[in-house]
Amino acid sequence: MAVNRNFRTCPTTGLVFHEPAEKLMRWNAVVAVVALLVGGVLAIGVLLTRWQAVHLLQADLFYQFLTAHGLNMLVFWIIFFEMAILYFASSTLLRCRLATPALAWAGFWLMVVGALLNNYAVLRGDSSVMFTSYAPMGAHPTFYAGLILFAVGALIACFVFFGTLVVAKAERTYHGSVPLVTFGAITAAIIAVFTIATGAIILIPTLLWSLGLIEHIDSLMYRTIWWGFGHSSQQINVAAHVSVWYAGAAVVFGAKPMSEKVSRTAFLLYIFFLQLASAHHLLADPGLTSNWKIFNTSYAMYLAVLASMVHGLTVPGSIEVAQRLKGYNNGLFEWLRRAPWGNAPFVAVFISIVGFGFLGGISGVMMGTEQLNLIIHNTLYVPGHFHATVVIGTTLAFMGLTYFLIPVLFRRKVAFGNMATWQAYIFGISMSGFSVFMMGAGTLGAPRRHWDISFAGNPFGYEFPATAWLMIALMGIFGVGALVGGAMYLAITVYSVFLGEKIQTPDFATVSAKRGMAPAPQPVAVGATGHGAGVGAWGMVAPGTFVLALVFLTSFVLYYFVNWKYLSTVWPLK
Amino acid sequence: MANTTESNLPGDDVLEEPVPAMQQLLDNPFLLLFIGIAVPTVLYTIWGVMEIVNLPIAK
Repeated sequence: MAVNRNFRTCPTTGLVFHEPAEKLMRWNAVVAVVALLVGGVLAIGVLLTRWQAVHLLQADLFYQFLTAHGLNMLVFWIIFFEMAILYFASSTLLRCRLATPALAWAGFWLMVVGALLNNYAVLRGDSSVMFTSYAPMGAHPTFYAGLILFAVGALIACFVFFGTLVVAKAERTYHGSVPLVTFGAITAAIIAVFTIATGAIILIPTLLWSLGLIEHIDSLMYRTIWWGFGHSSQQINVAAHVSVWYAGAAVVFGAKPMSEKVSRTAFLLYIFFLQLASAHHLLADPGLTSNWKIFNTSYAMYLAVLASMVHGLTVPGSIEVAQRLKGYNNGLFEWLRRAPWGNAPFVAVFISIVGFGFLGGISGVMMGTEQLNLIIHNTLYVPGHFHATVVIGTTLAFMGLTYFLIPVLFRRKVAFGNMATWQAYIFGISMSGFSVFMMGAGTLGAPRRHWDISFAGNPFGYEFPATAWLMIALMGIFGVGALVGGAMYLAITVYSVFLGEKIQTPDFATVSAKRGMAPAPQPVAVGATGHGAGVGAWGMVAPGTFVLALVFLTSFVLYYFVNWKYLSTVWPLK
Repeated sequence: MANTTESNLPGDDVLEEPVPAMQQLLDNPFLLLFIGIAVPTVLYTIWGVMEIVNLPIAK
């Protein structure tokens, strides 16, 4: 079979696109945005029901909306987008042909069919089991079959990614180690393989159970294995969006990693330990020992947290060094003041880093501590935390990447002028407020899974403090802001891709490269050419970032100990 | 339009130095894949499942 060796070189960035890989990136990105649109529309119903003053939907419809919202956002939107990132990080960054495009298309269509089937199951109305789908609460067989097909498709895409690494090495399209962004994508793909395999282990018997072929699914066994899939799927996001941070710093500032060794070692810590954080969902479950819980969360998870803190330090640090080399070398924060605050990809990545670290990261460590977890387990704190990690951290980073990819991949101008920058601010700030107030209400005990937080009409009512209701109202207001920001993203993206002004490239040509490697691109101007020699202060090349890291550490320590103090007031421990 | 020929990549003629063990690990995606699956499978999945399996059944 003839191998397609057609490449094009982006005249703006010098990036090289293999024809089949480019098509796959486009299709995966477009389907991802469609899933985001579906999940976003459903978010309106979920938010306006959770906002107790509105309480829009009836219980059955609420759970149906919540199930479809969770799956479309946490699984379909993000994983389709991540597949595009995997193809970009392998074929484009390594400037090589994609391995087995036909197989990649088969994987893509399996994912599409799986996503459609799963949505169909939820739409039927008999599969409102929420994202977690805990047995013995059963769904229609098509619910599980859809997820399994989707997972198989994603697994195929992961192996196409690994195959592409082999092609690049065999055809010598790069020398030495792969770029750091590709290494981050390798980390994401490795976590994805574990995640998908774990999902198969539990979803296949559950499908058989829903068909009546298996009599019983043990609920604790289900929860334990399912979280290896459910939480790890969000860890793919962490590795992917951290890669996007590094890419964003390189694209916007020409920044180089402060230390390749340190950044790669941090990714290695993810490979070893990140998936083990799944155990924090089971910290309140009887039947699993404290040894298992504490090892997986308080020991292993902290090493993954260490890795996130390394990335959170090195990405802004590399930006600071690049800015100082450009001459913004005065004081601690001139580099930050003079950052391109009107550049949408930068704004999105910046808010993503801050929100993921301060809101998602700190709260994640708190809830990963066995004792402290008791304060907030199964409260609104949990969705508050994962909206900080997955939505501010991952989705916002992907939004920023979209604004970079529209001209590069789709060769269209980003539409509506500065609206993309405003979108990043509105979405980022609103989602930050939404997460904070959700976590606040959860800390005061507002439950996570019940349709009616007030428990109206129940024999054992509970009076939440008035502050909890205030938090929920603020959550609703900021949630509306986030919905506006999400709608702006969809409007900009859909209009730009399908109706936006085409970028004219008179010298554009697809070229054929016999040995797989595309012709050398034009050199791209970079801002930073070293590791910051001659810049900085106090003997540090990035003193501003160091100060920001100390602010982060102080917040971390204070919040952690405040929660221990709070725990002591929950029960009379005297 | 350009066709590449056998590689004359920059760096090909550089004298090879021994690659540190850590870098060999980081440069081997399939070894990393093995580690990334084996570690959580043993520490999270198998250990967790063994604890559940060993729970005494209520009478």
